[in-house]
Amino acid sequence: MFDNNLRGMIDDVKDGRMDRRAFVKRMIAVGLTAPMANQILSLGGVAMAQSPNPYKPTKRGGGGPLKLLWWQGPTLLNPHFATGTKDQDGSRIFYEPLASWDVDGHLNPILAAEIPSIQNGGLSADAKSVTWKLKPGVKWHDGKPFSADDVVFTWEYASDPATAAVSSATYAGMTVEKVDNLTIRIKFEKPTPFWANAFVGAYGCVIPKHLFAEFKGGKSREAPTNLKPVGTGPYKFIEFKPGDLIRGEINPDYHMANRPYFDTIEMKGGGDAVSAARAVIQTGEYDFAWNIQVEDEVLLRLEKGGKGKTLYAVGGDIEFIAINFTDPNTEVDGERSSMKTKHPILSDPRVRQALALLVDRESIKKVIYGRAGRATANYLNGPEEFVSKNTKWEFSVEKASALLEQAGWKAGSDGIREKDGKKLKLLYQTSINGPRQKTQAIVKQACQKAGIDVELKSVVASVFFSSDVANPDTYAHFYADIEMFQIPMTQPDPALHMRRYHSRNVATKENKWQGPNFPRWTNKDYDAAVDAAETETDPIKRADLYIKCNDLIWQDNVMIPVMHRLAVEACSNTVRPALSGWANQTDNLQDWYRET
Amino acid sequence: MSQYILRRLMIAIPSLLGISVVLFVVLALAPGDPFSELATNPNVPPEVQAALRTKFGLDDPIYLRYLHWLAAMVQGDWGFSFVSRINVDTLILQRLPTTLYVVGSSQLLALLIAIPVGVFAATRPYSLFDQLANTFAFIGFSLPTFFTGILFILVFSVKLDWLPFVYTDVPGSGIPWLLEMIRQAIMPVMVLGLFQAASMTRFVRSAMLDVIRLDYVTTARAKGLGQAKVIVKHVMRNAMIPVVTLIALQMPAVFGGAIVTEQIFRIPGIGSLLISSILANDTPVVMAVTFVFACLVVLFNLIADVLYGWLDPRISFR
Repeated sequence: MFDNNLRGMIDDVKDGRMDRRAFVKRMIAVGLTAPMANQILSLGGVAMAQSPNPYKPTKRGGGGPLKLLWWQGPTLLNPHFATGTKDQDGSRIFYEPLASWDVDGHLNPILAAEIPSIQNGGLSADAKSVTWKLKPGVKWHDGKPFSADDVVFTWEYASDPATAAVSSATYAGMTVEKVDNLTIRIKFEKPTPFWANAFVGAYGCVIPKHLFAEFKGGKSREAPTNLKPVGTGPYKFIEFKPGDLIRGEINPDYHMANRPYFDTIEMKGGGDAVSAARAVIQTGEYDFAWNIQVEDEVLLRLEKGGKGKTLYAVGGDIEFIAINFTDPNTEVDGERSSMKTKHPILSDPRVRQALALLVDRESIKKVIYGRAGRATANYLNGPEEFVSKNTKWEFSVEKASALLEQAGWKAGSDGIREKDGKKLKLLYQTSINGPRQKTQAIVKQACQKAGIDVELKSVVASVFFSSDVANPDTYAHFYADIEMFQIPMTQPDPALHMRRYHSRNVATKENKWQGPNFPRWTNKDYDAAVDAAETETDPIKRADLYIKCNDLIWQDNVMIPVMHRLAVEACSNTVRPALSGWANQTDNLQDWYRET
Repeated sequence: MSQYILRRLMIAIPSLLGISVVLFVVLALAPGDPFSELATNPNVPPEVQAALRTKFGLDDPIYLRYLHWLAAMVQGDWGFSFVSRINVDTLILQRLPTTLYVVGSSQLLALLIAIPVGVFAATRPYSLFDQLANTFAFIGFSLPTFFTGILFILVFSVKLDWLPFVYTDVPGSGIPWLLEMIRQAIMPVMVLGLFQAASMTRFVRSAMLDVIRLDYVTTARAKGLGQAKVIVKHVMRNAMIPVVTLIALQMPAVFGGAIVTEQIFRIPGIGSLLISSILANDTPVVMAVTFVFACLVVLFNLIADVLYGWLDPRISFR
């Protein structure tokens, strides 16, 4: 029913009976987000509105310096080698993609002349090709003209395995061809409903062919431009010290009118999040600081009478507790948590359900995350159209106890439940990180009340997140009963996020624990839904499939969501940044200005 | 003398080799992965991480990696950082001027305080000045730099708003630039310098007291030499021998930077390079910095020994 209504409304917009804004508003009213509404419209054949970020300055430059504080400084400036978000943020100052995600989650054309849609012929009905028209008259910082050749080259560069680009997956499974000097066409091997991945956002940055052509493949590290970026961005490169400082100056030939506002830009690295917040909010030495993962209590204190404030951007990052479906204590063929075993305690769905009832998300939000978190029952928390309305969560020690009782776990003399002489004892691991240890303590306390003995373990982050095959303490080995960490959502589409838990992706010794399905959960319905969604071109059906995936995870209690985390930034009271929860902080740097 | 130096240098080679083996093995056995940041990024499939590991030779056995490293090092190739893919020598040279400036000035400040205060306190032991100097020295080296650093920030940056607490290379030149460079270095130099000065003052004082009671000093006084001449020419020259050892052994630390203080004030020195490389498991950089450090320790030990001979000709080189 919803399906038909929506189709009718899309037609209304197409024929001009309903305006675009009203459509988006209606969608938001039924729980969709603006970016999804727009994607629906563009797939439905309605051209996307060009909705630039609010921007007041009426001339280019004159804004003085913009001082950014990244407490982990960027270490390299080639967007296709950008290991961490800090490197992507730094590269993005100089390089630009064809389009960025703007504040409202729309695609905002940067190097593209327009956003592809079915109406303007940019998108094909079978979702197998995208045609991008490029903005004419754009120049690289060295004065050479920007053209379709550069875009095609970027694809060749990133997809060449010998280059070892971290963006290679973004450019896999497609070919990019030049149509004319200002038009390129992407051809996908399979129908690709989410087409706005290549050439959009951080890994979408286009690099100049004339400077990188000789350094494609094995020689990629030797390119002098790796250290002295030449892009099309709003700021030109002056100086770079890895891990410490990036300095740039205004690009007088920038391709957008009246932009940028600032004369120089500085991105300083080093230190820690608390003192970064202090330098922006309290002393005003810096204009903007990134990723302020600081307890809300501290931020509130700094904000009192300060020179700045915190800003929050909503994305889809989820902090969760994952359940091990295999037995971490039995070794089979030199591998613990082997697929040949079943978890002796947690394979019982009632125990998993009881655990979910014991995670007090409201207290965790209140005590730890504050304004930077939202309690949720869902693993998939955005964009809005993919968020399930069928799920709910609650915290109840009584209900959990009743469930355990039902499952045959009876309280022993020491208060710990046992069944068939086996104690209800779980090992709960996570990385070393203040909020995580506090969450562990809160969960442990509730579990104790319900008669579950929880042993806490915390592993140094550099080990926990490493791919070291020999180290048993990584999250992928998962040699514990339950574990907790965060998985970020790097684009406003759930495909990558949900593909992880497909049965074929189980982490095993055979694939050196590189399979991303670390809970080792297998479910035929889930596999089928993910497979179907990967090629489903109807946005509404596709969203339904991903909602189904989320609901399956919820029903089976594979992942117990702890917190939907928001990005927290510190910003001077006068600077007006353009931020999006779906992109890097610098993804709309051209639209930043200072209110005077 | 030159034979002595040559012999010492020859002895240094096996010990440096030994140091490098130990460093390399410890780093190779340490857990972690320079590309761990990629692991939770759903945009990057695990194959990319594996390809990078293979490309940078991280999957080779340890002895092969060590031999590769050693062969390259002998030819002056320090390798490149896994994290920034920049040559390690470039990275270190970039950080060196700041380290020398900040840590060097703090050592200088420490000497300028410690020697006069220590000498003066020793000439009047248990006087009011001596008591005061001792008390402050005790306070000084009891307070760790991470504490005084934050205290200084709270007082001078947050409350009084006099000094910036983020150290950054300001662009430009001329007097205003020079003043800005001095202004932002005041807090870190004070924190480091006062800490060093405290322990050094105690050291100078006790070295002076050991010498000042000797018979030859009494003889010098009996000859009718003035107090200043006795102290400076006769007492200080001998008392300085242990002090020189201390200073010489601290010189490598000037190059190594001050890890904690650099972190607090965001000083882009070698210490902060070292700590961020360790956190990122950037083995080539950690290896290079620690190895340079080891070389400097060996070198300055030699320099200290040579200086002894100059300060006290009775010490001969054999």
